[in-house]
Amino acid sequence: MTRHEVVSPIPGVFYRKPDPDSDVFAKEGQTVGAEDTVCLVEVMKSFHQVPAGAAGTVVEFLVENEDVVDAGQPVAVIEAG
Amino acid sequence: MKKLLVANRGEIAVRIIRAARDLGIATVAVHSTADAQARHVRLADAAVEIGPPPAGKSYLVVDAIVEAARAAGADAVHPGYGFLSERAAFAAAVLDAGLAFVGPDAAVIDRMGDKVRARQVAAAAGVPTVPGTAGGVDDVSAAVAAAAEIGYPVMLKAAAGGGGRGIRVVDDEAGLRTAFPDASREAASAFGDGRMYLERFVRRARHVEVQVLGDGTDAVHLFERECSLQRRRQKVVEEALAPGIDAGVRDAMTAAAARLAREVGYRSAGTVEFLVDDETHEFFFIEMNTRIQVEHPTTELVTGIDLVTEQLRIASGEPLRHAQDDIVARGWAMEFRVNAEDPARGFLPSPGKVGRVELPAGPWVRVDTWLEPDATVPPFYDSLLAKVVVWGEDRESAIRRSRRALAEFTVEASRRRSGCTPRSSTRSGSRRGSSTPARWSSGGRTHDSDDRRGARPLQLGR
Repeated sequence: MTRHEVVSPIPGVFYRKPDPDSDVFAKEGQTVGAEDTVCLVEVMKSFHQVPAGAAGTVVEFLVENEDVVDAGQPVAVIEAG
Repeated sequence: MKKLLVANRGEIAVRIIRAARDLGIATVAVHSTADAQARHVRLADAAVEIGPPPAGKSYLVVDAIVEAARAAGADAVHPGYGFLSERAAFAAAVLDAGLAFVGPDAAVIDRMGDKVRARQVAAAAGVPTVPGTAGGVDDVSAAVAAAAEIGYPVMLKAAAGGGGRGIRVVDDEAGLRTAFPDASREAASAFGDGRMYLERFVRRARHVEVQVLGDGTDAVHLFERECSLQRRRQKVVEEALAPGIDAGVRDAMTAAAARLAREVGYRSAGTVEFLVDDETHEFFFIEMNTRIQVEHPTTELVTGIDLVTEQLRIASGEPLRHAQDDIVARGWAMEFRVNAEDPARGFLPSPGKVGRVELPAGPWVRVDTWLEPDATVPPFYDSLLAKVVVWGEDRESAIRRSRRALAEFTVEASRRRSGCTPRSSTRSGSRRGSSTPARWSSGGRTHDSDDRRGARPLQLGR
């Protein structure tokens, strides 16, 4: 078991849902694949999907929905394996 | 009109403040906390903070802006483009507060801003339209049914949208089923309305738009602009006039645009967009933009008419000052958008802190920008940094002058900060058929004069 941090590749606004009326991409405790989207980051009016980056279990999100994030900032933790 | 609140940011806020000042009208800027030090804020006579950085909490909050206008003693509001510029509810709220709205009536925004209803108006006015859905569709199965009647390839557009966001072209049903949910979601996020409009995609099409001015009774056209050079359906280079159409098409299309504006009682500046089929020379009405547009300076340079000034005069109750026969297009104008994007990373938007800035100038070169040394490009808003607009006596000389002007443009990263920051200038991104983005790097590297030698000249000749 290794701890994997999901990092925002760009600065912007962090979203956990694809749109306001949908469910979150991933919940704490959920199993995800490396390619699965776990959040969106909106930068300059375009939306970028952020993949888990490692297969495993979502441990926690480190930022709240609609928080402002920096490039390189960890936004979630995956327990890989 | 004594005091104008500008409900926008960036280069258009700067441009509107200047027009107001030219008329002796005082100005009030609004800004999010991210823009407290921005150019438009410092340029205005007064400024009001309206909320935190995300536009949904500041520049898109109707009540905050109307309250700012009241508090600052403004008697008029100019919405600029984007943000609230085409929201009928905003125009109505401004009017309800006893202020003048620099734009058309809320009812006209409602009719012409919605592509679906605008097509109905055009059809009633005898202006041809592209085959497409009569109404906005809100789910995949309705979209598939509609596309079967229209015929592929089909273009998907936000019913409430503008600016190219949420637009997709699909070649078949499988593509439509994949693209529809994404496009609808983007539209819902950007405009608060996920309905999509479907229409036939004309393969060899020119995007030509006619500028109009109306005073509520009469309307005139100020010729056309061509915006065919796009990247990912976002405009990057615009010109006035359109190089690809003949005099007959021009006469018929501009007349149709003025007729449309007259028939809806249009007041203020507006743009009537057409698709022109390169092979058949047919033109089709697409939509009307009920706002000032990003590319409006090209029209200003060929006609000598300041569109924002005219908007302010019309909003003050003045009738049109130019008869159609007095509006003449002279020479050629081209606009180049400089965006905070990284061509090396697929034109990914690249906000950050700016260091050195050198802007082009000289004869018949105009730069509309909010960019200045040490400015910060926030991640929250669109990536437009500057518009380089040039005039020439003909298209060839305009292209030559634009090469000169763009070669003078430099924007560097701040050396005090790492991360995604601008490095050099437009010049290395400029080549045939591509955009002219500012070049950004991720290492905070300094400008290298070798970049100049590696530059390739802009080639836009047809």
